[in-house]
Amino acid sequence: MPTQTTATAPTNKLGLTRQDYVGAKSTLCPGCGHDAITSQIIQAAFEMNLEPHQVAKLSGIGCSSKTPAYFLNQAWGFNSVHGRAAAVCTGVALANRSLVNILASGDGDSMSIGMGQFVHMIRRNVPVVYIIEDNGVYGLTKGQFSATADVGSTLKHGDVNEIPPLDPCTLAMELGCGFVARSFSGNPKQLAVILKAALAYRGTALIDVISPCVTFNNHESSTRSYKAAKDHEMPLQDLGFVAYYDQEEVEIPAGEAREVALPDGSRLTIRALREDFDPTDRFAASRALHEANGRGELLTGILHIHTEQKTMHDFLHLVEAPLATLPQAAVKPGPEVLEACMRELM
Amino acid sequence: MLSGPATSKTMENETLVNDFSIEVATVNGSGSQTANNVLMRTLFQMGVPVTGKNLFPSNIAGLPTWFQIRASRLGYQARKQSIDFLVCMNPETAKDDVAKVGPHTLVVYDEPLRLDTLRDDLHFCPVPFQKLVAACCPEPKLQKLVKNMVYVGVAAQMLGLDMDEVKRAIAKQLQGKQKAVELNQAAVQVGYDWAETQAPRQDRLRVQRDTKTEGQIIIDGNSACALGAMFAGVTVVAWYPITPSSSAVESLIEYAKQYRKDPVTGRMNVAIVQMEDEIASAGVVLGAGWAGARAMTATSGPGISLMNEFIGLGYFAECPGVFLDVTRMGPSTGLPTRTSQGDVELCARASHGDTLHICLYPGNVEECFQFTYEAFDLAERYQTPVFVVSDLDLGMQNWCTRPFAYPGGALDRGKVLDPETLKHLQDWGRYKDSDGDGIPWRTLPGTPGGRGAYFTRGTGHNVYGHYSEKPEDFRYLVDRLKRKFLAAGDHVPRPLVSGPGVPRGILAYGSSDPAVAEARDILLQEHGKETDYLRVRALPFTGEVVDFLRTHQAVYVVEQNRDGQMACLLKDFYPELAPRLRTVLHYDSTAIPAAAVVDQINAYESSAQ
Repeated sequence: MPTQTTATAPTNKLGLTRQDYVGAKSTLCPGCGHDAITSQIIQAAFEMNLEPHQVAKLSGIGCSSKTPAYFLNQAWGFNSVHGRAAAVCTGVALANRSLVNILASGDGDSMSIGMGQFVHMIRRNVPVVYIIEDNGVYGLTKGQFSATADVGSTLKHGDVNEIPPLDPCTLAMELGCGFVARSFSGNPKQLAVILKAALAYRGTALIDVISPCVTFNNHESSTRSYKAAKDHEMPLQDLGFVAYYDQEEVEIPAGEAREVALPDGSRLTIRALREDFDPTDRFAASRALHEANGRGELLTGILHIHTEQKTMHDFLHLVEAPLATLPQAAVKPGPEVLEACMRELM
Repeated sequence: MLSGPATSKTMENETLVNDFSIEVATVNGSGSQTANNVLMRTLFQMGVPVTGKNLFPSNIAGLPTWFQIRASRLGYQARKQSIDFLVCMNPETAKDDVAKVGPHTLVVYDEPLRLDTLRDDLHFCPVPFQKLVAACCPEPKLQKLVKNMVYVGVAAQMLGLDMDEVKRAIAKQLQGKQKAVELNQAAVQVGYDWAETQAPRQDRLRVQRDTKTEGQIIIDGNSACALGAMFAGVTVVAWYPITPSSSAVESLIEYAKQYRKDPVTGRMNVAIVQMEDEIASAGVVLGAGWAGARAMTATSGPGISLMNEFIGLGYFAECPGVFLDVTRMGPSTGLPTRTSQGDVELCARASHGDTLHICLYPGNVEECFQFTYEAFDLAERYQTPVFVVSDLDLGMQNWCTRPFAYPGGALDRGKVLDPETLKHLQDWGRYKDSDGDGIPWRTLPGTPGGRGAYFTRGTGHNVYGHYSEKPEDFRYLVDRLKRKFLAAGDHVPRPLVSGPGVPRGILAYGSSDPAVAEARDILLQEHGKETDYLRVRALPFTGEVVDFLRTHQAVYVVEQNRDGQMACLLKDFYPELAPRLRTVLHYDSTAIPAAAVVDQINAYESSAQ
């Protein structure tokens, strides 16, 4: 239900204000990158006219996994177990395919304990906007390295990481994920477009957002500090987004920008800042990303996009209606069916 | 003619009519399963109550396997330890197979094995299987498979089986594969014809037509569970293959293809997903149950071990879900293809912290059907994981039973608020016990109106679902969960009690039931001991259980595990009655026979004197 607003607060197509998409007050450390992501999720949900009651917010365990409490108060939240929100989300998507799933995870949650489920969720192409709030450390347990920590990165008290990191984006591309993006919590403009495009996508949309931990991984020798991310970030594109409802109002000026039509009718415009990077060419993009990682560059933007992918619902040949609310007549066969089964066994 | 319970001593010159056991020793992967099922089905078609137990290895091909068929005109269904008719087809085990049987046993064996020199108290019948199979099956590749059908023919002739019924059973077993049907029918005939002229005459074991299986079906417990789930309107199934539960989901897949497709679009109205592991399977069940689906998984002990964390979340966050545990022998990998009741405590208290779960213990295949059906109602009514605790013996073996009755009535979807009610509710809280029964009202994601959303968490929470570290909130929550669990006693299947009302009681559950039924007859007929019997069918225990414990001086608790796990649960709930419990245990990985019950009860009572 829309809240009372002043005349000046803009409303979206549902008549809701941005305030209708906020959540509880964050209890994360002041300055945490995650809060900046939360803010962009709120903005994207508002702009994309999400019906709050049609949204499921899922998470595992960790600082990132607390964030679903901080956005979309009127959506259903499920803060589950460490690393395994992917499976819960798979269950939700099976039960009710009309829901929009937003999953907030972290590098600890997704790239270590939850790696198996992360991989198989992508394999099944479960419809979800899967956000990894990636800070390279375990914050909630006070600052141990995570599996995305760069070689040479140090902990606050001086320990140096020598084990090579995992990259959720190259991994997702290898797995055939049709929407892979990386952003930086300090680049809200880019993140906003990526989030909207992810919401317009159908299937697993993975967004790895570098999100510095101000308490445990923001020091001088960290490779995941605000400063390090700003110094090394190389946006691949200027991104623009034309929402499905704006199609008639906005014309994209002709030029070098390429357009990607998204399943809900929205359009993503991509103006390449690096000529050699083509996000629609999975293997070339993957190679470029590996090379950039090797050079210590933080490539951000749309890393790979391929909108024609079958989803889990297609693989399972499911009915269009949500399974959860099918009437009894549809799901409980009648006595004649049991009789037929019994006759078969006589 | 003597008949009856398994421990009855038999004499050489008696004729056992419709009351004997057959053991077939073969190599797995040799097609013997089809032959054995034909033998079993023929007895069934001739009206003789019969059970079949496949003792198979955890292996695909080449290891020893035994199939035991028990014909019992009185309908005893427990495993019979003594063997009356032995078929030796496996050279590797033949000597041991012959050594273990009692005197007078008929032994049919593959001629080159030369077993007749091993003992002089058995009746041997060497059969030239290779010669016979070559006569009816020119294709060398198929001979290995068809060879087993030849012993069916030999046995049919020696025992007096009706060949028309044998051939009908083959047609049923190999439905639709006309070439295979013809080949196998020919092989059976070859064996039969050979036995008519060459096999020694015997009158000890006879099959006569009866009417006791009229109108009955043959089914395994896993298929029965699958049917229960299908008729309960299951909509999401997440699973990971594990013996001995896989066939439950595989059976459901087959049934669903036929009966759970949308008639217009041909699309499925149930999602059956093979997950990457049991942990993910449990996660899907929780997510789907939370979002309003009727969700289940099927697994065995190792899977339940893996699922523990999610099960605790389901309990604490109050998500419905059905967990079928087809128990196998643990601990660890244990014996994957052997039966056990070793997961009773695991299921009852799965996950860390204080947990208690509703568990249903089917004692026969009919209850596998009924209880799986009911588990969905219970899960949604009580918003919690519900366990159906079956086992390999029930789940994978074939049983004769009357056809299942259709579960009429509406599915109980539990306390779910619709948008209209929500609109008028003052101060709704997801975890608020507004009815005083411990069960709060829930909402489903997607419910419009703007008032039903809540936050689900595995962390401590107050009645509104908000995170809370207040001691009083936590204490209230876990106390309410226990109240809710105990209240489920109103809806779970009640125990079955029988007996004349004597001081000696037997308490059992699950697949121990056939052994107890037979043991009670033996105790009465051969030892003059009367018994009362209570079969537990669910946790939480209901009033009948404590009454039974109170009114019996000694209660023998029969279980197929080492530690007397059900007895432990009984002691937990009724510590004051613990002294009268005596455990009767069988845990060598075979299905419990009646003798195990009789002998242990007699041993207790003779040592007490």
